[in-house]
Amino acid sequence: MQAFISTLLRRPLVRFGALTLCVLTVLAAAVPLLSPYAPDTLDIGARLLAPSAAHWFGTDEFGRDVLTRVLFGGRYSLAVGALVVAIAAVCGVLMGLCAGFFARLDTPIMRLVDALMALPDILLAIALLAILGASLMNVVLALAIVYTPRMARIVRASTLVVRELLYVEAARALGVPTWRILFVHILGNTVSPILVQASFIFAYAILAEAGLSFLGLGVPPELPTWGTMIASGQNYSDQAMWLVLIPGLAIVLAALSLQMVGDGLRDMLDPRLRQNL
Amino acid sequence: MNHATPLLEVEHLQTHFFTPRGTVKSVDGVSFSLAAGETLAVVGESGSGKSVSSLSIMGLIPPDAGRIVGGSIRFRRRDGSVCELTRMSQRELRQLRGNEIAMVFQDPMSCLNPVLTIGDQLAESIRIHLGGSRAAALAHAQRMLEMVEIPAAARRLGEYPHQLSGGMRQRVMIALALSCQPSLLIADEPTTALDVTVQAQILALLQRLQRETGTGILFITHNLGVVAEIADRVAVMYSGRVVEQGDVMELFAQPRHPYTRGLLACLPGRHHGSGAARVAGERPRLAAIPGQVASPLAPPPGCAFEPRCALAHAACRAAMPELADFGSGQSARCILRSPQ
Repeated sequence: MQAFISTLLRRPLVRFGALTLCVLTVLAAAVPLLSPYAPDTLDIGARLLAPSAAHWFGTDEFGRDVLTRVLFGGRYSLAVGALVVAIAAVCGVLMGLCAGFFARLDTPIMRLVDALMALPDILLAIALLAILGASLMNVVLALAIVYTPRMARIVRASTLVVRELLYVEAARALGVPTWRILFVHILGNTVSPILVQASFIFAYAILAEAGLSFLGLGVPPELPTWGTMIASGQNYSDQAMWLVLIPGLAIVLAALSLQMVGDGLRDMLDPRLRQNL
Repeated sequence: MNHATPLLEVEHLQTHFFTPRGTVKSVDGVSFSLAAGETLAVVGESGSGKSVSSLSIMGLIPPDAGRIVGGSIRFRRRDGSVCELTRMSQRELRQLRGNEIAMVFQDPMSCLNPVLTIGDQLAESIRIHLGGSRAAALAHAQRMLEMVEIPAAARRLGEYPHQLSGGMRQRVMIALALSCQPSLLIADEPTTALDVTVQAQILALLQRLQRETGTGILFITHNLGVVAEIADRVAVMYSGRVVEQGDVMELFAQPRHPYTRGLLACLPGRHHGSGAARVAGERPRLAAIPGQVASPLAPPPGCAFEPRCALAHAACRAAMPELADFGSGQSARCILRSPQ
């Protein structure tokens, strides 16, 4: 395990990504201890202040400290991203493996996937939230439903290729049961596209949550997320561009560093790529 | 154990594939048998049905593409009971596969899972069939690697397939196949993808292991040199049927079917002073069988080899000749060669 991590972190980009993610997560978790401000205390006298020693990233239209809010927002945004990826990955992988491997399940599963993908992401999420009602958990659920088909499609495509390979037939000839062929032999060889897709979904989910919050369908407005901050800051962006810039940078940083870690993980999990590390 | 019943008895096996353009009778009435500890070579060119026969025995014909439509495959199990493989469920077959019947494939480069270590792949099959802990399975795996003469077996267990050479991978495949001591080993062109020196090593290894374990080997190949090396008996296949079979020495000395003769004449260096013209100072020309295998979608009405046969006449087009017995176990499917 130790050797795994040290090899993983050997490349500077992966190291940077992992470090950024860790710092973001720790800061988001520890922000009540670190910041003298609360995320929701209004201070009208201090509204739209430019970055200064007292407010490193300035204040918003209600005088709330942007740095504190960005870090609090990280809690929700990162959690939404991580949960959506986890749910979409599990469901998408299961659907994709079954559709790719069992010819009989292919049509029913993939037609459902096609139907879901026919609608634009955000529209589908809006429709789902209209049914489920707006709450943090329902945002996660709706986005997971939106992104599961993407994962399913990618996994199915890889499964269709891998299941025809000789080592799958060789495994069958050795009497390996079907479930082991699916989850050990085929899944093991589709990890790369899954990880790449997962890192995309993480970034998309953070952005989509921002979009939903902007439309008032996502997280309740009293909870700061990166999306709600950009949404509300937009009205003042000509006077106080840090209101949009700071949460925007946080999104970019989180998505980018996750991508780097995802790349590193993919290279580690593929023995053929690992030897080049 | 009853040694009178053969280890494997294939009788009139028919495996057909259903394509949009029609039914392809890849295997159409194949019969052969194999005794314990014996090596039967199945010879034929691409598309003759030799690989489909072996997949039929393993029960690995993809169900959405084709199926066994007739005939029987009887296999004598370790406990002496004889089972009918064509009527077994996939679950029952799975208990036989890798355990009592094992298979070595043609291309060792793509037969091993690239993301699992050699040890994991060996241990997987061992644990499925023999049970036991992972540690015990890995110890067994190491013994198997030593048995197939892989140096530094303990270290190889932790390596991935891409770290091994082709010959080494084929040894690993053989170790995988033999790890549960199968009584039948199907080797589907196991040396075709290897270079000649490694080929010889692998053949010697198979022969040694056969002597030690008494495994019956069904050896599928198109290389007659390999057949002479390893087989006790030969079945020559053409267009989904066995056209000639017999003891390897007798068949090579006196081939009865024109196709077998053609195959033997194709071997370089076999026609000194015989039919092939040798012009002074020139190399002898390589003989070839003219034409190509008839389309499996539209087989000729009579003898399948008739369109390419130099000896063909009208009667050959009328009906497929039956296998005629020439005594001492040799038989051939040709009306010209019938003993009467």
